[in-house]
Amino acid sequence: MCQACGCSLKADVAREELDHQRGRTTVVDVLQDLLAANDRVAAHNREHFDEHGVLAINLMSSPGAGKTALLEATITALRERYRIAVIEGDLETDNDAVRIRALGVPALQITTGTACHLDAQLVHRALHDLPLSGLDLLFIENVGNLVCPASFDLGQHRNVTLLSVTEGDDKPEKYPVIFRASDLVVLSKADLLGVLDDFDPARAAAALRALGRDTPMIQTASRRVPALAPWLSWLEEQLAERRAVVTAELA
Amino acid sequence: MHELSVCQALLRQVTDIAMDRGADVVEHITIEAGPLSGVEPALLVRAFGILRASSRATAQALLSIESPAVIIRCTSCGMESPTAPNRLVCSRCGDFRTRVVAGDELRLRRVELRIPESSNRKTPCAKPVVAA
Repeated sequence: MCQACGCSLKADVAREELDHQRGRTTVVDVLQDLLAANDRVAAHNREHFDEHGVLAINLMSSPGAGKTALLEATITALRERYRIAVIEGDLETDNDAVRIRALGVPALQITTGTACHLDAQLVHRALHDLPLSGLDLLFIENVGNLVCPASFDLGQHRNVTLLSVTEGDDKPEKYPVIFRASDLVVLSKADLLGVLDDFDPARAAAALRALGRDTPMIQTASRRVPALAPWLSWLEEQLAERRAVVTAELA
Repeated sequence: MHELSVCQALLRQVTDIAMDRGADVVEHITIEAGPLSGVEPALLVRAFGILRASSRATAQALLSIESPAVIIRCTSCGMESPTAPNRLVCSRCGDFRTRVVAGDELRLRRVELRIPESSNRKTPCAKPVVAA
């Protein structure tokens, strides 16, 4: 039976006949991702990054989890060895870009107005004002939000999601889409674990693993340099991996 | 509320298809939005109610959202089972190495169009369009 209008014609015949059946209503079967246009621009962004051998990292979290503080600490630790730039996404103000620029690193602020996430087009526009040549590492600090940023590919190579220990350890269970899309989960403000009795890192890790991924989870404390070691070594691994891919493609 | 952005993308796709076929009215749009797509159907319906007026062709269009259940397949034991969006480990052997086989789709499935008699359609019949 025809699935479109319930008439007794076979489906393939029915489609041809629909004009008559339904007063010239034509049924068009489409199977296209709704975000195909965004994904095309994201792929284009990725080409830009790859062309310049830049590792692009999309940093996501809820507001206040410490994305900018982590970037400040990271830049301070790595700026002698790597050339870093940052794209900042916020609803309003360029406060975060000002903080990054104060460290001598180029930072481009995207103010999204009411939009709760960055998309590939916004990042693409920003890339026109941000020279990629000579860069090793580009951080894209997404708008603080655990829901919307997860759906939009920006062209990044890696997704990193911060979960601060002042939030609930059940966040991966509550926001499966974003945590499932993550390549690394950073438990930030981990220096506070000693005074918080309601955040159990093991519970957070179990909730993350329940999403069917072997996503690594590390702890950081941006105010304490030694506590950054696992994060910095993860970054350097990704940089080395990226560099190997780019070199192999050139060869 | 990224459903507004998703809805804009949807309407752009639909109006492109309508234009391509020489249709002047879009009657009905069917999409799939699984629980792992990150899109909330109720919010998308609300966004659609506002944004459909942005073109004459879609102003009266209806939107149906199909939400396929989450189904995973275990890469270790092969078990295929329906599950909750935040329980993606194998229900038989407990392995976390599973693949989502349904429930993460976010795609346009079908549009129903009215094509005026005089229209010079590019295609003579409603051929399925394969995603690029």
